[in-house]
Amino acid sequence: MTMRTPLKTARYLGSAKEGADHFWKQRVTAVANVVLAVFLVWLVVSLTGADYATVKRQLGNPLVALGLLSLVLSGAIHMRLGMQTIIEDYVHGEGAKIVALMLNTFFTIVVALVSIFSVLKLSFGA
Amino acid sequence: MQAIPGRSSRPERPLSPHLQIYSPLINMMMSIVHRITGAALYVGSLLLAVWLLAAASGPDYYDYVAGLLGSWPGKIVLLGYTWALMHHLLGGLRHFIWDTGRGYDLKTVDLLSWGTLVGSLVLTALIWIGVAMSGGL
Repeated sequence: MTMRTPLKTARYLGSAKEGADHFWKQRVTAVANVVLAVFLVWLVVSLTGADYATVKRQLGNPLVALGLLSLVLSGAIHMRLGMQTIIEDYVHGEGAKIVALMLNTFFTIVVALVSIFSVLKLSFGA
Repeated sequence: MQAIPGRSSRPERPLSPHLQIYSPLINMMMSIVHRITGAALYVGSLLLAVWLLAAASGPDYYDYVAGLLGSWPGKIVLLGYTWALMHHLLGGLRHFIWDTGRGYDLKTVDLLSWGTLVGSLVLTALIWIGVAMSGGL
């Protein structure tokens, strides 16, 4: 039986050393999102009021589909990191924080998968 | 041996001043709004997902969702989404400038912060004028 607390093994090891990785991913996706956000605005504005056949054809266009997939990928990573920061700033209870961080990941994956599947179906499906 | 301070023996220390201590400055306001618009865009990503899902599900689903988004409440949400996107985008560009270590003198800080606000409103207006001119409103 040991009398040592778990703190003994954590002390003096410094941070988890993942901060730079978080920062860098946030900035790389931010740069990509500048271009992809402009693309999204153009796409949505150009399809405002369009009939279904036009929308389906446009969203199935390979270049448009690739742009959308890039947006969803980059946007999902970016928004998950951002919400993680918000949660870590405001949710202080350890249990609540872990649950919130999990929900953040689940929400991001659901949004990304729904979007990606839809774009792929519009590209390949009947 | 080094003494390990436990939680129970932690002394009462003054807390650092928080938001309510400071008079609101434009830089601080835009920083707060940047976070709020980020959170709004997070929720707003559902709009894109639902729109794409509807388009992939067929004409009936698409017309239903497009009808919701085209209704007045839908338009107000999309207007808010447009502004949040433009504000967050310009705020991001401002942070890129700061990431290079430049633009930290007070005059530039104020200029960039006001620029974020004014620029986001102008861009939002231009986008919706574009929508109106293409007959989408």
